[in-house]
Amino acid sequence: MSARGLAAAVRSGERSARSVVDEHLETIRSGEPEIHAFNLVLADEALAAADEVDRRVAAGEDPGPLAGVPVALKDNLCTRGVPTTCSSRILEGWLPPYDATVVERLAAAGAVVVGKTNLDEFAMGSSTENSAFGVTHNPLDPTRVPGGSSGGSAAAVAAGFAPLALGSDTGGSIRQPAALCGVVGVKPTYGAVSRYGLVAFASSLDQIGPLTRTVSDAAMLLEAIGGHDPRDSTSIPEPAASLTEVLDRGVEGLRIGVIEELSGNGLEGIADDVRSRLGEAASVLDTAGATVETTSVPSTVYGLSAYYVIAPAEASSNLARYDGVRYGLRIDAPNTGDMNTATRTAGFGNEVKRRIMLGTYALSAGYYDAYYGKSQKVRTLIVQDFARAYEEFDLLLCPTAPTTAFPIGEKTADPMTMYLNDVCTIPSNLAGHPAMSVPFGVGDDGMPVGVQILAPAMGEPTMFQAAAVLESAGSRS
Amino acid sequence: MNVEAIAPETVPGWETVIGLEVHAELATATKLFSSAPNRFGGQPNTNVDPVSLGLPGSLPVLNEQAVELAIRVGLALNCQVQRSVFSRKNYFYPDMPKDFQISQYDLPINGEGWLELPDGHRVGIERAHLEEDTGKSTHVGGGGRIHEAGYSLVDYNRAGVPLIEIVGAPDLRSAEEARSYVAELRAILVTIGASDGKMEEGSMRVDCNVSVRPVGQAEFGTRCEIKNINSLRSLGRAISYEARRQVDLITSGERVEQQTRHWNEDEGRTHKLRSKEEAYDYRYFPEPDLVPVEPSDEWIDAIRAALPMLPRERRLRLAEAASIDTSAAALTVERGLDDLAVDAIAEGADAPRVLVHAENNLADGAGRLDGASFAALVKMETGGDLTATQTKTVLATLVAEGGEPAIVAADLGFEAMDIGEMEVLVDRLIAEHPDDWTAFISGDEQERKKKSGFFVGQVMKATNGKADGRAVNELLAHRARS
Repeated sequence: MSARGLAAAVRSGERSARSVVDEHLETIRSGEPEIHAFNLVLADEALAAADEVDRRVAAGEDPGPLAGVPVALKDNLCTRGVPTTCSSRILEGWLPPYDATVVERLAAAGAVVVGKTNLDEFAMGSSTENSAFGVTHNPLDPTRVPGGSSGGSAAAVAAGFAPLALGSDTGGSIRQPAALCGVVGVKPTYGAVSRYGLVAFASSLDQIGPLTRTVSDAAMLLEAIGGHDPRDSTSIPEPAASLTEVLDRGVEGLRIGVIEELSGNGLEGIADDVRSRLGEAASVLDTAGATVETTSVPSTVYGLSAYYVIAPAEASSNLARYDGVRYGLRIDAPNTGDMNTATRTAGFGNEVKRRIMLGTYALSAGYYDAYYGKSQKVRTLIVQDFARAYEEFDLLLCPTAPTTAFPIGEKTADPMTMYLNDVCTIPSNLAGHPAMSVPFGVGDDGMPVGVQILAPAMGEPTMFQAAAVLESAGSRS
Repeated sequence: MNVEAIAPETVPGWETVIGLEVHAELATATKLFSSAPNRFGGQPNTNVDPVSLGLPGSLPVLNEQAVELAIRVGLALNCQVQRSVFSRKNYFYPDMPKDFQISQYDLPINGEGWLELPDGHRVGIERAHLEEDTGKSTHVGGGGRIHEAGYSLVDYNRAGVPLIEIVGAPDLRSAEEARSYVAELRAILVTIGASDGKMEEGSMRVDCNVSVRPVGQAEFGTRCEIKNINSLRSLGRAISYEARRQVDLITSGERVEQQTRHWNEDEGRTHKLRSKEEAYDYRYFPEPDLVPVEPSDEWIDAIRAALPMLPRERRLRLAEAASIDTSAAALTVERGLDDLAVDAIAEGADAPRVLVHAENNLADGAGRLDGASFAALVKMETGGDLTATQTKTVLATLVAEGGEPAIVAADLGFEAMDIGEMEVLVDRLIAEHPDDWTAFISGDEQERKKKSGFFVGQVMKATNGKADGRAVNELLAHRARS
């Protein structure tokens, strides 16, 4: 059942929140050993929260728009008094003294947190294989990855552990796992959702967003967590956009451009079945009344290279604080410098170390202009190219990921191949624009394919209109 | 070795070049990027919150009051106030919670400006930017030295306190000038309410760049940066020591190496912390968690309009009123007595006497004295109604209790001596002390002075100090000529 349906049932008193939560905890108990979507399941806390929702319903108070709906949180979102690990050894034992803004807003909306989900360590990866606490398996085929880095959240939704989950998306970490697990994933406009309490990977790119089974649930969840937060200086000073009310508006008259460079022409690695589904999705939108054309956004192909300078550069600075002095892991040594080194050597996994080194190098004296400076110029070019494209089009379309879910272990030996998974998602992060992945059919292997809808900044309502059209067509196919 | 005696300006043929970087803690209610209190002292790690501890997931939010104070500093230092951007300065240090410092790098809030010393000499300001302070480490065991310590404790109460870093141009040429610069800067910061300027509490800290060059050489010598200067006295001593060290190196055929050096107050010397090659690569880049600071012209104008009168303007005003130069006005301004002095002079009091009293007799402040009664008192003095000694006594009473000078003087029994009475008295004393009188008339300059002192003393004794010393001297001179 959808989150929307569950919330309605709980709000009307037709179902108790406890029964909803109990049912999901039971699904987790039976499925989790095979999937390993969670770092931590919060069964007792979830039942207590459900009882509070039921008490409010009984007392005639408004229990919130997401009353009693189970939600899974990516384990890089701070939860007061509850371990928040980023799937890293280095944060072992740390209990945040505060809740992330999104966690506060979920609680206010009546949602019930059922657990903290696995991720690639510090959200660095595209398969959830880089976790210090083990691999998450794709619920649709447990020999395959769920994508990443929000693989635990995507798997939790796909496995029915929770109808709602939150992830974070720095270069595609919500949309790519959503595509690989056959769920909806949204990266909102940069600043639309507060980052306060999201453990930073790359601050100028990170955004929190929903992973859900339906477009409508994603809209509800985004409405609940979005809107201005004075604790995040990059938060847009506007209330959350209304999304649920636009879902049935269709795409009649919308102009939609298919990005040539990211759809297989001129970019290697986009699988034929993924290209076919994209073409079919374009036809659906066309049939529904939109004007669909192929268009060029040339600089997007350089996004990947720029991203792998900018994101590691920011990460090298953001992750400096894990030094063994204040919290988390500490490996003792005779002096502070050696203690820092020993702690970081033991506490970080290889991918995190690789990116810290990349970023440190890119910011070094003598290399800054050639790497960081040049990457920022590419970023500006991408923003300009998008701006030009949005003069002609309301929305853009491209695949979410180049392929369907790949087998566990297939790409771990070759970071460059792994990085290519994000080639279609990264440009939106660099531009700060919203984008979402909607499941649309399956590939030759029977695994789900995601189609990505891109919109200009604050263009979520139009983006959701198109997503709703694709969703209803996809469910008929 | 007496370091005071080896001031480099006393080494003939050499010139010292000094540029100062002053860090001052801004007097805000809360920290630069969070609502944790900005308060000196307190139990360790009590003035903290997730942001000032740099906890994972926390984000900085800029304190508007800190920006306003920084703009005040910029305006007071005649700087260009401009759009600015925060950057991250990356280096590992345990008392820095995030292992980077949020500072301003290529786009500081205040660009070039200048500061005028009391003697009128202008010192360039290169920039004055905002940044956050670090915590404090305490090394336990091993005499408090980091390398021998058993363990270290860190207090983050100071972490995130707003600092303004004021980078001065290398325009200073002596230890004395450097001290004068810091004193003037401190006076400005305190006047505008930007900082309490307490060097002893570390709320104002000075890093000092020193180089030397032969007099007449245009290029600067290689500089060393001196850290850990905690007082004006240390500043002077450290510069003197360091300049002399560099001159000695060069004159003995060696080279000055660019270094960061540490001032040891107890030993009275600097020692090497690190060389240029060992300097950190701070990997500055724009802070992505903050947006550019773009103060509106209206806001800047409002801040400018609300600025109080600065020490320089006070010196100029007093100098003009008293027809003196600005250096001579400095002490009175420093004491905060210039409003009083200017008022008294405006009321017609004799400016030199007003300043003499301000500098010598009002060191502890003016108390209940106001400009009008100060002027009336000085007029009584210069009119011969009160002697200098009596004036001082009345002044002390006015400071302590207030009141009308004439009434206070009368209450104290101070009445001007009739000139006729004084003539009778002086003639009697001449008659009673013929040898002293002869010595006064025919003695040399020294003898004459000595004897005038004798006769004045006798007059004072006979009148219980009511006589005017100057009038007695004039009378003696008149009698000697006749």
